[in-house]
Amino acid sequence: MKAFAQKPDVDLSIEFAGIRSPNPFWLASAPPTDKAYNVERAFEAGWGGVVWKTLGEDPAAVNVSSRYSAHFGKNREVLGFNNIELITDRSLATNLREITEVKKRWPDRALIVSLMVPCVEESWQAILPRVEATGADGIELNLGCPHGMPERGMGAAVGQNPDLIEQVTRWCKQYYSKPVIVKLTPNITDIRVAAQAALRGGADAVSLINTINSITSIDLDNMVAKPTVGSQSTHGGYCGAAVKPIAMNMVAEIARDPETQGLPICGIGGISNWRDAAEFAALGAGAMQVCTAAMLHGFRIVEEMQDGLARWMAEKGYRSLAEFSGKAVVNTTDWKYLDMNFQTIAHIDQDKCIQCGRCYIACEDTSHQSIAKLIDASGARRYEVIEEECVGCNLCQITCPVEDCISMVPQPSDKPYMSWNEDPRNPFRESVTATN
Amino acid sequence: MTHPLDHLPRAGHGSDSDSLEANFSDLHPPLTQRQAFIESQRCLYCYDAPCVEACPSDIDIPRFIREIAEDNINGAAQTILEENILGGSCARVCPTEILCEQSCVRNHDTECQPVLIGLLQRHAVDHMHFDAHPFLRAADTGKHIAIVGAGPAGLSCAHRLATFGHQVTIFEAEAKPGGLNEYGIAKYKLVDDYAQKEIDFLLEIGGIEIRHGKRLGDNFDLESLRRDYDSVFLGLGLGTSRQLGLTGEHAEGLMPATDYIKELRQSEDIGDLALAQRCVVIGAGNTAIDMAVQMARLGAGAVTLVYRRGVEAMAATGHEQEIAKANGVRIITWAQPEQVLLDATGRVAGMRFARTEPHGDTLAATGETLDIPTDAVFTAIGQAFDDASLSDVRASQLGREAGKIEVDGNFRTRLAGVYAGGDCIAAGQDLTVQAVQHGKLAAQAIHNEIMAQQEVA
Repeated sequence: MKAFAQKPDVDLSIEFAGIRSPNPFWLASAPPTDKAYNVERAFEAGWGGVVWKTLGEDPAAVNVSSRYSAHFGKNREVLGFNNIELITDRSLATNLREITEVKKRWPDRALIVSLMVPCVEESWQAILPRVEATGADGIELNLGCPHGMPERGMGAAVGQNPDLIEQVTRWCKQYYSKPVIVKLTPNITDIRVAAQAALRGGADAVSLINTINSITSIDLDNMVAKPTVGSQSTHGGYCGAAVKPIAMNMVAEIARDPETQGLPICGIGGISNWRDAAEFAALGAGAMQVCTAAMLHGFRIVEEMQDGLARWMAEKGYRSLAEFSGKAVVNTTDWKYLDMNFQTIAHIDQDKCIQCGRCYIACEDTSHQSIAKLIDASGARRYEVIEEECVGCNLCQITCPVEDCISMVPQPSDKPYMSWNEDPRNPFRESVTATN
Repeated sequence: MTHPLDHLPRAGHGSDSDSLEANFSDLHPPLTQRQAFIESQRCLYCYDAPCVEACPSDIDIPRFIREIAEDNINGAAQTILEENILGGSCARVCPTEILCEQSCVRNHDTECQPVLIGLLQRHAVDHMHFDAHPFLRAADTGKHIAIVGAGPAGLSCAHRLATFGHQVTIFEAEAKPGGLNEYGIAKYKLVDDYAQKEIDFLLEIGGIEIRHGKRLGDNFDLESLRRDYDSVFLGLGLGTSRQLGLTGEHAEGLMPATDYIKELRQSEDIGDLALAQRCVVIGAGNTAIDMAVQMARLGAGAVTLVYRRGVEAMAATGHEQEIAKANGVRIITWAQPEQVLLDATGRVAGMRFARTEPHGDTLAATGETLDIPTDAVFTAIGQAFDDASLSDVRASQLGREAGKIEVDGNFRTRLAGVYAGGDCIAAGQDLTVQAVQHGKLAAQAIHNEIMAQQEVA
């Protein structure tokens, strides 16, 4: 037994679109939430909620073998993950029964039911009362599944059509009394259009992103992509750490769009640790869904996520998620509003530099030739920034293997803020100055 | 002439030969595929990498390590062999701790430890699998070059000349090629007859003939080489060991370490080797360490290495000294040989050393002496080339520098058309990798000269 230890004095509990949860970490609709066994284990491990793997009409879907593939890093760490699974392949009755039982046993946890049925009113009208009867806290519309289901007119086929998003959301609000979360697909041009449609349909919240169409790798011996089913493959849905930047952008787009501002957002996409969660919250996410990280490491990761987030919050003086949620949204703007008079320059900490020359060759070959390679009297190499040539692009800092060795130093300036709209170098300058 | 250690018991006496053999297996086990892959990821792929600057043979180290990381073993091997055709043995015998690995940027405090460059190089060369020899021989030039010595310098030179399309004949005194690699390196550094295997691969280029039993100054001379060949490269090894200059130098029980190492490496059954239960090794270089450690591994109870100066002045690297200590070798410093102590039958019974102390730049005797009883004394106080080999009229015209052959920046001796490299020239650290580089560069210089002459003609 561990010794009693001081815990950070913060409240991780949330209320998201009317759904209460002891912490913001939910398991996303996926294999980890496909049955009572897994969900119970997740709750035991400390997850604040789950989105039960998507239910559909009977007969249940049938899956192929195999189903997953990955985009690996050099040390075989999984950078991105890919799957060609369909919605649950268990019967509706079994799932509904288990959902009812689990919710009874874990009343304090959020239990959301993911749904996907054909795009006709009767189908939604038929399933929603049965879902409502389980006692689950809300539903999430799976309008994003990119493989298999769109061919059947569901999943991303709906999520890519704003009119259908609005229509289906409306039916759900009509036949279901609890919160309706609309899960959006990233396989579109402008996520704001889909979010606006969900809002028009009456959505209580949106969640994003679903997976991205992808092919992770090719078996070069057999000339077939992975995952391989016999001798063939198909595109899958991409998720995991690699999609986080894409997901965060889409969350931010919705968070700062005047039409959808204030619409609760459940962040999904590559959330693997407390920092990822804090970043999504900073961009306006009120809850976070996790799947790939749990699939790769097990449910135990939630311990680190809760502890890390709580400690960081305590350090910063945030007592609840709401206190910092969305704080980075106001600092996210369009390119044209960025300050043209701001200048930053790279600085190399010579005490930390290990003289690998990576910054030098990156800058020399591909950027601005603003790092000098010097040899000092003892014959030792030394790299110095040529400040007058440096544009502050960050490439050297990115290539440097030593953390905090290269820093970007903002340069003092007596010039006021000036956007591109105001910049005399802009031939299409707007006559009226806009602000951010 | 009787063998100086014939009176001693055999190493195999009282122990089974399998366990003895096991004592001479790889000092550093090779990396597994997975280890190599993980280690290769640690390389930062430095630009103008310090490890390359530190490598005497100019191997593009970051490139070959990246090739290992990218699952391109043949590419990695070729990157190595293009600059160092003996990259496999160099990976095993190079003192990487004072060369590439010492320069690795990951030596910085914050970086844990240097990348294991030597072991990665070995991994690449050990695992290459070419369908055809990876080097091409240019169209025959009709030129024929003589090389004296089939050691690393001579072989490297020969290989490079062969790629240029020249015909090469190597004159080698010993029965096998390889020089130091075959005869002079501790057995546990080059196991499984690796030296021979590597040479077999090298010779696949074609156009190289090796004539064994040919000793310069003994059964052929430089004059005839200059007459019969378009150019000559001298890759002479260091054929003789320095002597103590003491009475008793030729007594039974005393022999040069290099002679014993040669016997050890060539022995069919190391159990048959003479074992000195107590032995003294005099010297401070890698040969001294090799000797001491091998004697300890053969089963000697007390191995003492004695050096006249302090540890910091020892030529053997710190890493080598650690190996000696790990094998139970006692190292005594500040003691110089004074007298070989003989028993009633005239055999070595001990060694008397004069205690020394630094006196400015020189050594002074303190007046104290130290007697170490021993069954055998092995000298490893340096080697020189056999002057007899350079005694013919032509050879005596070669310039000398620091007791070795003088060459210019292009490895040219004072005799037109005669080049030299490796241990027999003044510049250098007496390292295999250095010899390989000399041979390679000399080949380039020879080629340039021959081809220029051809154009003039």
